Amino acid sequence: MALAPAITDIEQLKSHPALGHLLAWNAGAVQSVKFDRDELTIWVPKESIREVCAILRDFPDCPFNYLADLTCVDWNPSEPRFEVVYHLLSIAKKERVRLKTRLDGSSASVESVTSVWPSANHYEREVFDLFGVRFTGHPNLKRIMMPDDWEGHPLRKDYPVEGYR
Amino acid sequence: MTQFPTALAESGRETASGDRTMILNMGPQHPSTHGVLRLILEIDGETIVGLKPEIGYLHTGIEKTCEAKFYQQVVPLTDRIDYLCPMTNNLAYCLAVEKLLGLEIPPRAQWMRVLMNELTRINSHLVWLGTHAMDLGAMTVFLYCFREREDVLRFFEMVSGQRMMTSYFRIGGIALDPPLGFFEKVKKFADRFLGNVDEYENLLTGNPIFMMRTKGVAHLSAEDAIAMGACGPTLRGSGVDIDLRRDAPYTGYENFQFKVPVRTEGDVFARYLCRVAELRESIGIVQQALAGMPEGPIKADSPKVVLPDREKMKTQMEALIYHFKIITEGFTVPAGEVYQAVESPRGEMGYYIVSDGTAKPYRVHMRGPSFANLQVLAKMCEGQLIADVVAAIGSIDVVLGDIDR
Repeated sequence: MALAPAITDIEQLKSHPALGHLLAWNAGAVQSVKFDRDELTIWVPKESIREVCAILRDFPDCPFNYLADLTCVDWNPSEPRFEVVYHLLSIAKKERVRLKTRLDGSSASVESVTSVWPSANHYEREVFDLFGVRFTGHPNLKRIMMPDDWEGHPLRKDYPVEGYR
Repeated sequence: MTQFPTALAESGRETASGDRTMILNMGPQHPSTHGVLRLILEIDGETIVGLKPEIGYLHTGIEKTCEAKFYQQVVPLTDRIDYLCPMTNNLAYCLAVEKLLGLEIPPRAQWMRVLMNELTRINSHLVWLGTHAMDLGAMTVFLYCFREREDVLRFFEMVSGQRMMTSYFRIGGIALDPPLGFFEKVKKFADRFLGNVDEYENLLTGNPIFMMRTKGVAHLSAEDAIAMGACGPTLRGSGVDIDLRRDAPYTGYENFQFKVPVRTEGDVFARYLCRVAELRESIGIVQQALAGMPEGPIKADSPKVVLPDREKMKTQMEALIYHFKIITEGFTVPAGEVYQAVESPRGEMGYYIVSDGTAKPYRVHMRGPSFANLQVLAKMCEGQLIADVVAAIGSIDVVLGDIDR
């Protein structure tokens, strides 16, 4: 089974419900797309991530009503450094889509989606704890895994895997 | 270390009736929290006003460790995440890497994976049932469940040499063909297991004490369950019909017939019924897997990724070279990213792996079902009694290794 090449052309992917709906709502909310290994990724500007999530959640034809996962990838030293990743699932239609938003290392902050899905609470705390990305509007943005007085954010690429601090 | 706001810790808050609430600490060393879960309860008399889980006591930084290992070296780490269903973790990780590589897995390996995965589900549900019942005062069920669990652990030992940290699934297939006599033993177990489930149900399902402790307790509506991110039997117990084995089949689950138990009551008893029904469905899948077990290879035909057989290594130069290269340099994985979700005994277990084209994963993220389910606990327990918190924790079946990673 050879890997099919990734598709990055928006026109070819319009048939996917999430992308079609987003484009119909506001074409500016889609920076770029990628369809690779049967998974669709949509890059969204960080200003509109919360709105995009709300729009997709309330999409009547295929409601992406379940936040399956929220995490982050550190691309240090390249900029924009952080990519916050949202995995959405439509329970009714069993469709999945991945949203991504890029953040600069100097201002790693994005609007919280806890108002869209309360379940984002712990995930965002985890990303804040381990990557140091801030979520504005989060009700309780505290460390969740590490002790409260811990210094540094362990999953950043410039944090050592082993050794003494 | 978590610091209480001093005033709140000392005196709680003023309630509407003019009394003061009290802060009660539960855990991390508490027999009913199933590990090192710490809950901070705010109580008004016996009634829960607020509940905050404090986690991280078992945080070992597995995600960080993964980034420093070769792809094949991550497999034993995945066992240790959700230690009650090691094979499900192995499976999710292996499927994700195989999806990144575009590997095709031979049918016998797929069938073995389904078989072992369902035995893992039985193992995990038996631990849940035993401990959940014991939390609610039914000691006997625990002993019965662990009797059957012992059989399942012996099967694990037969195929992998380990009772718990199996690492049996490997990227590209499974580690070894099962030993002679394995299938017969599993068949014998499968034939009598339904009777065992009847035994547990005789002790619990109609038991008035158990019903009083579970019926109508820790209610969760379907809307709340979805919004708060519940998954697995916790979600199905609230009437949401979703099971990834049926809805997004992986590793050959499309070839098996099984029902997805769904209950609409949304209480502890409904979640109990869901899981017990799943035990019965799982043993059905085990029987189908045994009956249809295909012959053939157990590893994908991809010498650069899959370790060669010992036989070949001793006779063929190429096999020896590939073996040496895989062990010392690992194998490279084409750049890209995948999110592979499987239905673990606790719900959606997702592995998100980012590859940058080298032999080590750039990022591995585990979406733990327990982590998701724990958030629901506060919603469930609001307005319940302290004793019901114990029932609620048992009913969402958390594993702290999965939460803290």
